[in-house]
Amino acid sequence: MSDLLFELFSEEIPARMQAQAAADLKKLVTGALIERGLTFEAAESFVTPRRLTLHVVGLPPRQPDQREEKKGPRVGAPEAAIQGFLKSAGLKSLDEATIETDKKGGQFYLAAIERPGAATLDVLAEILPEAVKNFPWPKSMRWGAGSAESNALRWVRPLHSIVATFGPETEDPEIVPFEIGGIASGNVTYGHRFMAPQPIKVRRFHDYLLGLQTAKVVLDPARRRDIILHDARDLAFAQGLELVEDEGLLFEVAGLVEWPVVLMGEFDKSFLDIPDEVIRATIRANQKCFVLRDPETGRLANKFLLVSNIVASDGGQKIAAGNGRVVRARLSDALYFWRTDQAPLPDYADKGKPLDQRLAKLRALKIVFHQNLGSQGERVDRLVALARELAPKVGAEPEKAARAAELAKADLVTEVVGEFPETQGLMGRYYAELQGEDGEVAAAIEDHYKPQGPNDLIPAAPVSIAVALADKLDTLVGFWAIDEKPTGSKDPFALRRAALGVIRIILENRLRLRLVSELIEAYETVLLHKQTGDIYVYLHEVTPNRLVTITAKLHDKTRPRYGAIDRSKDVLIVKSEGEDQETSSSVSFSLTGHFGDKARIIQRLPSPEFIAGDLLAFFADRLKIYLRDRGARHDLLDAVFALGEDDLVLIVARINALENFLKTEDGASLLTGYKRAANILKAEEKKDGAGAFEAPPDAGLLAEPQENALAEALERTEREAQVAAKAEDFEAAMRALAKLRAPVDAFFDKVTVNSENRDLRKNRLQTLAQLRRAIHRVADFSKIGG
Amino acid sequence: MTDSAAANPALDPRKSFQGLILTLQTFWARQGAVILQPYDMEVGAGTFHPATTLRSLGKKPWRAAYVQPSRRPKDGRYGENPNRLQHYYQFQVILKPSPDDLQELYLHSLAAIGVDSALHDIRFVEDDWESPTLGAWGLGWECWCDGMEVSQFTYFQQVAGVECAPVSGELTYGLERLAMYVQGVENVYDLNFNGLDGDARITYGDVFLQAEQEYSRHNFEAANVEKLFGDFNRAEAECKALLAFGDQGDAKHHLMVLPAYDQCVKASHAFNLLDARGVISVTERQSYILRVRELAKACGAAWMKTEGSGF
Repeated sequence: MSDLLFELFSEEIPARMQAQAAADLKKLVTGALIERGLTFEAAESFVTPRRLTLHVVGLPPRQPDQREEKKGPRVGAPEAAIQGFLKSAGLKSLDEATIETDKKGGQFYLAAIERPGAATLDVLAEILPEAVKNFPWPKSMRWGAGSAESNALRWVRPLHSIVATFGPETEDPEIVPFEIGGIASGNVTYGHRFMAPQPIKVRRFHDYLLGLQTAKVVLDPARRRDIILHDARDLAFAQGLELVEDEGLLFEVAGLVEWPVVLMGEFDKSFLDIPDEVIRATIRANQKCFVLRDPETGRLANKFLLVSNIVASDGGQKIAAGNGRVVRARLSDALYFWRTDQAPLPDYADKGKPLDQRLAKLRALKIVFHQNLGSQGERVDRLVALARELAPKVGAEPEKAARAAELAKADLVTEVVGEFPETQGLMGRYYAELQGEDGEVAAAIEDHYKPQGPNDLIPAAPVSIAVALADKLDTLVGFWAIDEKPTGSKDPFALRRAALGVIRIILENRLRLRLVSELIEAYETVLLHKQTGDIYVYLHEVTPNRLVTITAKLHDKTRPRYGAIDRSKDVLIVKSEGEDQETSSSVSFSLTGHFGDKARIIQRLPSPEFIAGDLLAFFADRLKIYLRDRGARHDLLDAVFALGEDDLVLIVARINALENFLKTEDGASLLTGYKRAANILKAEEKKDGAGAFEAPPDAGLLAEPQENALAEALERTEREAQVAAKAEDFEAAMRALAKLRAPVDAFFDKVTVNSENRDLRKNRLQTLAQLRRAIHRVADFSKIGG
Repeated sequence: MTDSAAANPALDPRKSFQGLILTLQTFWARQGAVILQPYDMEVGAGTFHPATTLRSLGKKPWRAAYVQPSRRPKDGRYGENPNRLQHYYQFQVILKPSPDDLQELYLHSLAAIGVDSALHDIRFVEDDWESPTLGAWGLGWECWCDGMEVSQFTYFQQVAGVECAPVSGELTYGLERLAMYVQGVENVYDLNFNGLDGDARITYGDVFLQAEQEYSRHNFEAANVEKLFGDFNRAEAECKALLAFGDQGDAKHHLMVLPAYDQCVKASHAFNLLDARGVISVTERQSYILRVRELAKACGAAWMKTEGSGF
């Protein structure tokens, strides 16, 4: 068995691309090996800022031989066909072919072609340059004199040399011979750029790894991360401090060095006036350094850790001092931003408190939220309306919710957030507290972006909940309105995250909301948000005769009006809600003539009911994933969702009760009985037509005692299940259903549904339809699998 | 570092701002670069010098280095910020095609100005460069020295809308930052300009502080907006007219690229001033950038018809 060592040595690879590149290299090469019948024992890839390395262990020296049979023409076929066969099969004469007999007794020629496997070395010489050529870098470039050619090699940064050796452990490996972009493969690599730049001759992975280690290169990124983390913790500990761990930063800095050396720097204590999060963001984003916490105060210390790439001849003093200077310069900027944000804003000083002045600026700048969804200022208006409307339903004071929503986006125009977007919300909270806002209002400003991911905390305070829900519902209906839904892996506006956020906020706070009406409310707010003096005209769907249905609403008190517009004439036909089509056609007028120049046609939009329905299905999908991650059965969600329920808390309660019920013998058996009844009904409805058996069974036609028993049980069960469901006691509803099991079993045991007597048949089918209805009050069992 | 530089503080890159410039010029002259002088127009970056924009297009090999005063009206801070200037110096190197040892050359140039790579942590950190106004982009890095960005290192892939074939390597040294680093000062105005001590010492502030104050006032408060809009429109029209004048109707001739390109540079600077005056809205901003880019692209296309491009 032989091993492959493959290294691509280049100029510095961006840190953020390294992990994916290592995975891609492994996938490309091993995929190609397997495709060519070459199996191996193990493969591992590594990456540093300057090299991508692949080690494949246990490859055979040759591909397996392949035998292929080629069917030829029948015996006695024309000469031309025979010649063509010989040529294509590579035979000299028919003597080399055999004669076979097919099923019908006809005789034909057959050629057996032996294809000896190629030497693995030769296969690699084909595969490796292909992998380089087809490497899926997110961004690649050309360089040097070769870049004048149209087929120039592309790589992430200039590629300098290639190591490719192959051979068994016991012998000197061979170089896999190939050339690409003017670079010939070889067995020479280079050490650390500054500490050991000399060439290193390598044989196989083992000595390669040791050679690099000696030349101050730690090949394995996981080891570099370990070294950094370990040394950083030690250095912090020695000073009585704690490392503020940061995995993203750890991965990044491990991708910036081949030989990590952790050093400590410091900055003036006076900078600790800046909030910890801002200090951390400043030092992290600009300097890629770690910050340290004082365990006694829980606050940051005036020290930081940097990761250098060299062992400096002065022990790193100059490096630490240099980084310290840059950190100080950055922190003085941050301190300046932090103070500026608390001071009056020139041109807006008369607009209230500092954060209100920023809100005025946000409005005045008309910063675009999305080109089809208006400005951030308009969005704030919608959030205020929605948060106020949601507040009483989630136990919040409407005025507090409205105030929090009003200020929620004001920090977007602060200096700190401009510099560090990840501090949005948090800075709003700080500035709100500083200007004396109510504590719940300040907290809601920070919390309204939450949860940011599946593991992020959810807002729990009522005011925070109202604003967080308003923010997410507005986002969802807005993007739904302009048809920017997520597709496949594309979700540029993070709508899936927003929907999951809504689900988690509702379920984990046990909020009782009717999602459909909230969605419609949010949509109408997007559609018709009340800005004094403005009239928004929204076009619905284009009809074949170029008529467009519209919804128009004057501000404030006007009821929604639906109608149509003839775009070719710019004429609008509007009717009030509820009027019929005939009346409406009499009210026609020109768009600008009626609404004046304030009328704006915003966008073609679907109806509120359509949006709410479509979004509800989207929520159902997200809820499924949410439940699946918690180990619940997703088919039960379909069964419950089919009831038309939109209260998420109830949906989940129903699912839980149903899941428990189905685990019992009664439940499993009833499901079987239900399926049997449903199948019979389906078959018979094909004959008699859909809905043919929906009438209640006739008590006078219940011939057998089992029929009577079932009919009685059904009546009782339906009643009990309904009462229990109304009381939201789904366990009790299931218990009621369980009582059906025995009569259903007995019914199927003794009663022939398809009786000769037509009346009896119909009545029995009506009994089964009633059974189906009764069960559907609890859940649509037809959606349950298994 | 040459012996004479070490001996004479006026020429020493670690002691004088001018010494830093002179050392870089000497270094790149030794590498065969043409040492040019700054372009005689207001530009936002050294890249705008036609020795970079236009000369990076086409096949003809080219090596040049020069200092370019760069004007960023919006970055003015009335002389009150220790790091930010509305007028500063870039040292620009352009090498076509990019040599294989460009990174090593760059590191040697740092050594020449006294940055010892055994003592300082020098890093190449991803930074993809793009100039929307020039219709240009490239891949490369910011070069860090002990955590401070001291240079930009770019392999041009496209300039003025034209694919670079071959690719040029561009190095841009932020001279003030680099000088602050090697001189060990925290405020740009404290930089020693001439390397002398006592009464003979001239600082960066002596030379530029008044200018920073006056130009900040000019850029933010005084520049005549009407006139600037006029400047922009006239430069745009003139650029197009000159390109039309020089067009010979075939792929091998154009007689007026450089004067037309000057007008493109003028339009760009007028836009930068208007931007600083805060009279261009977010949506308009994009359209102005596009208009300058159209001019740059037209100039690039015209340049490809001249001998300068090497055809």
